[in-house]
Amino acid sequence: MKEDVVICRCEDITYGEILEAIAGGLTTTEELKRILRCGMGPCQGRTCMRLIARMIAEQTGRSVGDVRLPAVRPPTRPVEIGILAGGDDEE
Amino acid sequence: MKSRADCVIIGGGVVGSAIAYYLARMGMRDLVILEAEYLASGATGRCGGGIRQQWSTEPNVELAIESVRLWRTLEDELDADIEFLQGGYLVLAYTDEDVSQFEKNVELQRRLGLNVESLTPREINERVVPELNTAGVRMATWCPDDASANPFLTTQAYANAASRMGVEVELFTPVRRVLVESGRVVGVETDRGTISTPLVVNAAGSHSVLIARTAGVELPISPCRREILVTEPLERFFHPMIISFSFGIYFRQVKHGSVIGGFGDPDEPVGFNEASSLDFLVTMSRKLAHLMPVLASVKVVRQWAGLYDLTPDAQPILGPVDEVEGFFQASGFSGHGFMIAPKVAELVAQAVAGREPDLDIDRLNARRFRGETTADRSVV
Repeated sequence: MKEDVVICRCEDITYGEILEAIAGGLTTTEELKRILRCGMGPCQGRTCMRLIARMIAEQTGRSVGDVRLPAVRPPTRPVEIGILAGGDDEE
Repeated sequence: MKSRADCVIIGGGVVGSAIAYYLARMGMRDLVILEAEYLASGATGRCGGGIRQQWSTEPNVELAIESVRLWRTLEDELDADIEFLQGGYLVLAYTDEDVSQFEKNVELQRRLGLNVESLTPREINERVVPELNTAGVRMATWCPDDASANPFLTTQAYANAASRMGVEVELFTPVRRVLVESGRVVGVETDRGTISTPLVVNAAGSHSVLIARTAGVELPISPCRREILVTEPLERFFHPMIISFSFGIYFRQVKHGSVIGGFGDPDEPVGFNEASSLDFLVTMSRKLAHLMPVLASVKVVRQWAGLYDLTPDAQPILGPVDEVEGFFQASGFSGHGFMIAPKVAELVAQAVAGREPDLDIDRLNARRFRGETTADRSVV
């Protein structure tokens, strides 16, 4: 069923879960991210956020362009702590 | 949005949402929360989620102990999972100054009824966290009753519970100014219209300074950036928050499995800067790799920053503001607002409702800064 389709692959969040949260009043990507964790995994929402923005637009009658995407936060890709810690020659 | 209310709460962080909840529970239902963005979008949603009772001043210890009493039953009371867990706080001492300060802290904390003890480095590894590198650690204080919770879920749970009692939560509604006539509050003007009200609670974190200024009140609160990062999730292998003031770190593993942590740069300038820095990412990674070598192969997925609303004594400013009748303060938490939010919110709600607060908050009134101040030494 469509409800079982996984939208956020990093955190295993389904279409149905997101739909229910939007119906419950979470109508921005930032709120959905914080409550459901969608977009918080290793890909940082690159796979799911546009799909989620479209769902919000469909459910609230807005156009996709009016749905704000969440803040982009560094690092661009996940990096190992050991690599970051050895980042220069000071020690 | 309604055009009048019995009370308007400015700020949809954990403190504002909780104040609305406790006011509604006392029977005051005609309330509005005004939030400039979404719930927990400010300091609350950017914090580490720790709940510590080990402080060095009496008001902070008391507020924290009383808050934990409320935290323990909050999930049932609000009918929501907020990931509350009493995993303890381990506070590491590295210097002579740490050791002598911690001896005083433990004495004060025990006198106030806190279950806290001193541990040797060996006891730290044997009893609390085997994976911790204790090189250079002189001792630690350990309170197994300290805790943690999820800031987003907690704020949402308070706001939902308040909504169920009739409180209106207005998101994306920035406040322009607090309206004052003849020395009393008469309303709040927002981007979406004006609400008449005789009572306003200022729970807007660092922005509370700007809000108060519109009412002609100057608050001694300085916004100051603090950075934080989170790793990919791992199977949970430690439960306490681990912190050190002299080494400069706090970190814990959350229910989801990620490790979350940060430190305060003592040279951070005052201001509203919330940008992330590479310096922080590198320094924090070094600190984590040193203290917990097993984390070296774990990946950082995200970093962000938030604002501490610092006061001169690192304690919040609570209760009525002398200069303007009907104007109440609940900000200046200096980095520990989340953990003491339940009790603080209950006390401020009592004051707003005209009741006698069941714990003395007069000592945390803004008027205390007219004299000399002593700061809490346990700020990380």
